[in-house]
Amino acid sequence: MNSETQLAAGERRARTTHGQPSFLGAVWAVVWKDLAAELRSRELLSAMLVFALLVILIFNFALELAVQERRAVTSGVLWVTFAFAGTLGLNRSMAIEKDRGCLDGLLLAPVDRSAIYFGKAIGNLIFMFIVELIVLPVYSLLYNVNLFVPGLLLVTVLGSVGYTAVGTLLASMAVQTRTRDVLLPILLFPIIIPVILGAVKSSGFFLEGREMADIWPWLNLLIVYDVIFTAIAFMVFDYVVEE
Amino acid sequence: MEPKPRLLTILDTITAVLLVAATAMVFFYAPTEAVMGDVQRVFYFHVAAGWVGMLSFGVAAVAGIIYLIRSDRTWDIVGLSAVEIGLAFAFINIVTGSIWARPIWNTWWTWDPRLTTATVMELIYAAYLMLRAGIEDPDRRARFGAVYAILGFVSVPLTFFSARLFRTIHPTVIGTGDPSSQGQFDMTPRMLQTFLFSLLTFTFIFADLLWHRIRLSRFSEKVEQLKLKTLS
Repeated sequence: MNSETQLAAGERRARTTHGQPSFLGAVWAVVWKDLAAELRSRELLSAMLVFALLVILIFNFALELAVQERRAVTSGVLWVTFAFAGTLGLNRSMAIEKDRGCLDGLLLAPVDRSAIYFGKAIGNLIFMFIVELIVLPVYSLLYNVNLFVPGLLLVTVLGSVGYTAVGTLLASMAVQTRTRDVLLPILLFPIIIPVILGAVKSSGFFLEGREMADIWPWLNLLIVYDVIFTAIAFMVFDYVVEE
Repeated sequence: MEPKPRLLTILDTITAVLLVAATAMVFFYAPTEAVMGDVQRVFYFHVAAGWVGMLSFGVAAVAGIIYLIRSDRTWDIVGLSAVEIGLAFAFINIVTGSIWARPIWNTWWTWDPRLTTATVMELIYAAYLMLRAGIEDPDRRARFGAVYAILGFVSVPLTFFSARLFRTIHPTVIGTGDPSSQGQFDMTPRMLQTFLFSLLTFTFIFADLLWHRIRLSRFSEKVEQLKLKTLS
């Protein structure tokens, strides 16, 4: 490598660190902004958590969970809880961007628009994970079901990724409509049925201790869904935030 | 007002003739199925309506992609029209299926993969229309509609696949059948002819309705423009 190209490479590096932010830097900035805002207000997480616990409480009365039946319905109850609490978080996370024109500020930033999408999606994913990490032990404790199965954690990650990938995109559409938060679940739930089905089935199988041969088709379904929908959301996000 | 295109009148006539012929074939040409009897005749229009339901979904998604690339309003109208037609035909598909299922499966409804997928498809169509109803800016409405049509179109096959990982009882008339499904039958040549003819007929109905619906949208846009012109 001659000195000229070295110089050019150095310049480029300098520009990515000081001038225009790199793609990952931009994603991280959006994530950090969401986390810092949440750390100060704690609006979103507390709402999601309390709501999730309420859903579990209601299921307790609605299903009269006897010890034997509990094992069979655990995965279903958990995923319904995550899905409902998730819409709450998604709505709020996009609504705060829309309310005071924060989204317009973000869009003015000289970065790729998809960086904003990934930043928001990762932020939402982190909030989902926090809720799940609290709900899972609480559920084990309240219902005396052992949920500390490594496979279940894997399913939780895969399911949450698919859920937030589509959810973030649809939430940014829903906040720009007249009906706003009412619309998000209606748009989201029919699209994420494969995720819910796959997650409920595979976590149920993990809890029953089934063989991996039975579980793999469901895990594959989740992985395929995650990849396809992250790619689509990445491609169409530009059109959703365009003014 | 622009006159009705000649080709559309011809298409109307062909579609009407085909529909009469298909109905006649279903009732008089196709033989009565040995086990299920006359109720099996619902099959021809049932599958054809389901076909149109899926076809419109595909058309809406393709129109959505073209709209996002070209930003031409015509494609938005095509997408909306396809979804409206799809909503109606997917509903016909579900209702005729229930009529058949009552005597054969002894229930109006079961959560079989195809039934589940049909329901989800219907719900996505409904959500699409609700999404559009909530947006006033026509450009944004078109963009969001296009994005949602694409998402829905990709998700429905996955829903079908995931629901199929459960056991199915729906008969598979085309392709290899699962022996555990109920209401299975083999098609005689006459049945197959009637079936294919119904598919053709319903495809014509779809094309005809789509054209009419697109024309209607054009007119309503023109009315809006005239209204604005007179008011200002």
